[in-house]
Formats: sequence, C-alpha cells, structure tokens
Amino acid sequence: MMVRMTGAEAIIECLRREGVEVIFGLPGGVLLPLYDALYSSELRHILVRHEQAAAHAADGYARATGRVGVCLATSGPGATNLVTGIATAYMDSVPIVAMTGQVNTGLIGKDAFQEADITGITMPITKHNYLIKSSRDIPRVFREAFYIARTGRPGPVLIDLPRDITVDELEFDYPEINLPGYNPSTKVHQLQIRRAAEVLMAAERPVIYAGGGVRYADAHEELFQLATRLNAPVTTTLMGMGCFPTDHPLSLGMLGMHGTKYANLAVQEADVLLAVGARFDDRVTGKIASFAPKARIIHIDVDAAEIGKNVRVDIPIVGDAKIALTELLKHVQQRPWTEWNEKILMWKKEYPLRYTRDENVIKPQFVIEKICELCPDAIIVTEVGQNQMWAAQFFKHKHPRKFITSGGLGTMGYGFPAAIGAKVGRPECEVIDIAGDGSFQMNIQELATAVVNDIPVKIAILNNGVLGMVRQWQTLFFGRRYSHTTLGDVPDFVKVAEAYGALGLRATKPSEVEDVLKEGLASDRPTVMDFIVHRDEKVSPMVPAGASLSEILELDS
Amino acid sequence: MKHTIAVIVENKPGVLTRISGLFSRRGFNIESLSVGATDNPAYSRMTISVEGDDVVLEQVVKQLSKLINVIRVSRLDPEESVERELAIIKVSANKDTRSEIMQIVSVFRARIIDVSPRSLIIEVTGDEKKVDALQQMLRQFGIKEMARTGKVSMVRGSKVVQAGP
Ligand SMILES: Cc1ncc(C[n+]2csc(CCOP(=O)(O)OP(=O)(O)O)c2C)c(N)n1
Ligand SMILES: [Mg+2]
Repeated sequence: MMVRMTGAEAIIECLRREGVEVIFGLPGGVLLPLYDALYSSELRHILVRHEQAAAHAADGYARATGRVGVCLATSGPGATNLVTGIATAYMDSVPIVAMTGQVNTGLIGKDAFQEADITGITMPITKHNYLIKSSRDIPRVFREAFYIARTGRPGPVLIDLPRDITVDELEFDYPEINLPGYNPSTKVHQLQIRRAAEVLMAAERPVIYAGGGVRYADAHEELFQLATRLNAPVTTTLMGMGCFPTDHPLSLGMLGMHGTKYANLAVQEADVLLAVGARFDDRVTGKIASFAPKARIIHIDVDAAEIGKNVRVDIPIVGDAKIALTELLKHVQQRPWTEWNEKILMWKKEYPLRYTRDENVIKPQFVIEKICELCPDAIIVTEVGQNQMWAAQFFKHKHPRKFITSGGLGTMGYGFPAAIGAKVGRPECEVIDIAGDGSFQMNIQELATAVVNDIPVKIAILNNGVLGMVRQWQTLFFGRRYSHTTLGDVPDFVKVAEAYGALGLRATKPSEVEDVLKEGLASDRPTVMDFIVHRDEKVSPMVPAGASLSEILELDS
Repeated sequence: MKHTIAVIVENKPGVLTRISGLFSRRGFNIESLSVGATDNPAYSRMTISVEGDDVVLEQVVKQLSKLINVIRVSRLDPEESVERELAIIKVSANKDTRSEIMQIVSVFRARIIDVSPRSLIIEVTGDEKKVDALQQMLRQFGIKEMARTGKVSMVRGSKVVQAGP
C-alpha cells in the first residue's frame, strides 16, 4: 500500500531507506518545512556554523566510513556556500549527496529572494545534479542520487529542492533504479588482464603506482598480495596514502612533487608501471613528456575517461580496482627478490626523508613523528600547505581510510570540518587534524560545532605564522619577496579555543611537544594544540613545477 | 581534423547545457551541433561536429559517455555515413539578377521558397560542402541573412545508432 505524505516527509523517508544516519546542515527560509519534518524524525542533524563546513564534514564522514555523506543548505547563499565543499569532493571522487533549498517552482528564474541557480553553478563540479520540480519525483531522484554518488567512480550529487515540493503531498513509492545512460563498469576485459599479467611477469624493474581508487574500491589487500607476489615496489599518491603500509620494504612512499626521491627515481627507471586507481595528475607526473620514460604503462581505472587522458597507456583496463587486481592475481606467480629490489633499498638508505633536528625550535616534522608514535592508529586529517605534505611524509600510514586530505582541489579550511565528519562517522577512532595556522582560520568557527555537539576532534596546528607553502615558493622562485604571505602571530589559538569552550594547549619548545600531545590526546573534549614552529622550515624534497621527476631537489631548512 | 559524432540523450531539461558545458570546460571545439527528436519521445539525437585529433576525439566520446543523461555516443565515419544540412538564405535580387540567381539555384537543386521585389529566400539541402558552395556563389548578389541547421548524419546500411543495446 502506498502511503500519502508531504514532500518533506518523503525526503526523510528516502534518507532513512538509504541508511543515512547523520546530516550536516544549516537551515533557512525555504527549508523550514523540511527542518520541521526533521524535528520529529530519528535522523541525527549536526548544525554547522558555515555551510562550507557542512559539505566538508559530509565529505570527511564519507572518506572515513565509505558511506555516502549528506549535507543540507538553504537556497541562495546557503547553497553557494556549499560550492567549495562540493568541488573538493568532486576532485577527490568522494560520494556525498548535497541537498539545497530552492525558491518555489513558480518563482524560479525570476531572481526571487535568495534564488541562485545552484544546479547550473554546480554542473561542472558534480557527478550529476537534479532540480526536483514535482514532489512525485522525490523518491526516484533520491534513490538515483545515492546510487550515482556511491557507484562507479564515486562523486558528489546535488539535489535542489524548491520549497513547494517539500510541502506538496505524494504517494510514496520507492522505484527501482532505471538509468539507461549509467552503467558503471564492473567486469574487466580478460584479454587485457592476461596481457597485463604477462608484461608484469616479464618486467625487470616493475613499479606499482596506486591512487585513491584503491581505497574507494577497498582493494588494499589485493594490492598487497600482488605487490608481494611480484616483489614490485609500490608508490602511492597523496590520495592513495595508507593503501600500502609505508613501513614495508616494498613501500616507496609517496611520489611526485613532494614525494620521496626514491619513489621518483624508481618511476623514472621502471620498465613497467602499473597504475591502479590513479589519474596521472600533474603534481604526480611532473613534466609529462619525461614521466616514466622507459616504462610500458598498464592503467587500471573504473573511469574509462581517465585512461589515456594525460599519458599514453599501453594496456588499458577499465574496471573496479578490486575486481581487476583479483583477476590479475589469478595470472601471476611468485617472483624473486631481484637486483632491482636491492637497488631500491639502496636508494631508500641513500635518500631517506629527513630534516635537521633542533634543540630549541620545534620542527613540524618532529611533531608529526611524535603524533605517529603516540597514536599510530589515529585518523589523520590535514589542511592544505606544508602541514599537509609533512603529514603525508612523516606519519607512517598503514590504513586506507585513515588519511584524509584534500588532494585534487587543495582546499584550505577542509581539514577541521572534515575531521568533525570523520569523528562523527568513526567515534571509536582518535581523529587528528594536522593544521596550518592559515588553513585553520578558514573554518575556525566550527569549534562551536565540535563543542556544542561534543565531537572531540584534536587539532594540531603547525603554527609558522605564515602561508608557509606559498612562502616556500617565494623563497625558492621569487627571490624571497614575501608578498602577502605573513599572517603574524594572531590570533592566540589557545584563547580562541577557550573562548569556544574547547581545550587549548601550546608548545613553544621541542621539550614541550610530547607533554602537550599527551594531554591533548588524553582529553575527551575538542582540543587545539598550538605548536609554534619556525616559518622558514621547508617541505623537502621537491620537484619544481613543470620539471621532470628526475630533477628532484633536496632542500635545507 | 573534423569528426562527427551522434549522441542519443534523454529528453530532459538541462541536457543541452550539460553537453555544451562539458565541451567548453574541457576545451573541446564544437564546429556545429544540431538537436532534434528521435522516434522515441524519451530521447533526442544530437549530431556534433568537433575539431581535434584522435586523442581529443577519444576524450570527447568518453567524457560525453559519462554524463548520466547521455545514452549513447557513436563516432560516425565520414566514409560510411550520409550527412545533410539545410540552409535558408535570403539574397538581394532585382529584375536584373533574379534570373541568374534562379539558374544557380537550379544547378544546386535548391528551391526558392519566398519571392519579394528586392529579395529571394532560397532553401538548400546537401552536405556541408554543397551548402558552402551555394553560399559562395550567392555572395556576389548580397546575402542579407542566412540560417544553417548544422549537419545531421547517419551511417549507411543497416547499422544503427539507437538507445537500445
Ligand atoms: C582556499 C585556498 N586558498 C588559497 C590556497 C593557496 N595556498 C596553498 S597552501 C597555502 C598556505 C597555507 O598556509 P597554512 O595553512 O598556514 O599552511 P602552511 O603551509 O603554513 O603549513 C595557500 C595560501 C589554497 N590552497 N586554498
Ligand atoms: Mg602556516
């Protein structure tokens, strides 16, 4: 029997059926009927202080749990405030469903109060989006939206909800998915798999290059088996961090602009490069024409459009990483430890990630190492800039889904709200946002959200008083002309934390780092740990933009 | 190089924007684009002519295929397809030039669909080259206005581009 209900009630029912447990949002005029329905529902709603944070929190929740994250914002400015968060999720293929209020259907196109064409605005940054024009369409659209968001190459889907469709009634029926234009590929091409296996078995200097696709497909175990069976060294992208344990002898760590020297050398020397769920981003490849010049390239990706987009590919395999790797494993046998492996061990010894220790000044890398030592299983979320690169380099990542960072868009202000989302999704885990002082200030208002909702995330600010990453480029490439990159020593982050009712701690000397971390990690409240570091510490090594991976520089601080 | 692709899309609001947006965002050049109904009211068919090498064409096809409202994308090999375009052209004409224009029109198997003391409207169908050629010939008399549909194209023989498998 079909049940009659209002559009708002139908939306709640759809969310319930999709297994949604939490929504991050902030109301407004056109959303009143929906918020009213929410008031009497079981759904958890977390009120943010800025809609951008709602989108990032939904994204952090999705990355940490593997489920679809949901956010909600009102029409006009509420919707446009989501845009950065949606674009961030789009670039990193994160499944979220963003709901936005919209003016009444009759007013659309009339420049009504708080009207913004959000489906138009988000067309290039969503996997798909919808403007619902009749309450009858609500169940179908919601079902499709969640399906599209989580299947194939995941991504954000936006649903625009004019006020009147949330008030109008409908007979609720949850229809089967019928999307003739959407067939996410699952099966892989067997012939290509066999060709790939042959090439891998015959390789003398194989390298596996794994990206975020491995994590989304939950393929890290298959990746581990394949790598150890082939004795093939593995490098991961920023998005793939944690998909292969960084302390394993076959691990090369991260590649690319701030990757390890040995990962970059290995890629440049490789005779076969197996790319899995990675998209040959320019931050990874450096100068594309001289990327992996000796290698035959095998590329596994669920998105056919990624194959051949940036580099020539010898063996394309379209399909889910888990399925493709499982198939590959059927065709490869154990290969011995070779000279190539020895050479890599030698490079790892010769060019380790390193920094100069200091007795008097806190080194940001030291803070990360200490965090890793004290809390090796934490979910690490980052902001953007030097803090992000140090977190990637100096934490020993070994769990997929436990390193959460804005890779593709590089969104400052992402980390803290994403950490809130991750903590809501995985309350049993310690969640630490490794932050820069600049980035943290972009969504610092969310301290209120964390405190009021009792979400005990920990923020470790690597406080250098500058927009450090930009300053590093100014130092290296613009003759130390520090144009507008100095933030100064305001605000006092400890006082800010306290003003919001969070715990604020500070370390100014290396000897204080451990105590502050211990106290912060032991706290059951949202906690800000302010580590005062030197503004001239650099991220090293570095491939200058546009240079080839072989031209990697080791920088002194 | 110029390529022609046929795209079957769902007949839904915003689909044209999604497609044209994708072209501009990814830096693909549209030479011409025409849209019209198919025999199934749920779907429309677009014929898009794009400029670019094979790598560009492959990206165009793959990126278009990713759009949820796109049902099918097919490259049309010019050797194996027929293509047609329709144009209507308003040219200046007076009693001295009218008969010469009419001769040209008949050579091109075009038609005159409107006559007034100072102008004629000519309708022509054919492949792009033919339309181009007629346009070229009429220029000397003064083209006052012209509307071209952009080409539509179809594979010869029994092979079909349609929504189903
Ligand atoms: C929203 C946004 N604006 C600007 C940038 C450009 N940008 C990249 S890193 C960076 C500096 C970040 O400063 P901070 O958060 O203090 O981190 P640090 O590099 O000092 O660790 C800037 C401005 C960006 N990535 N995102
Ligand atoms: Mg900083």
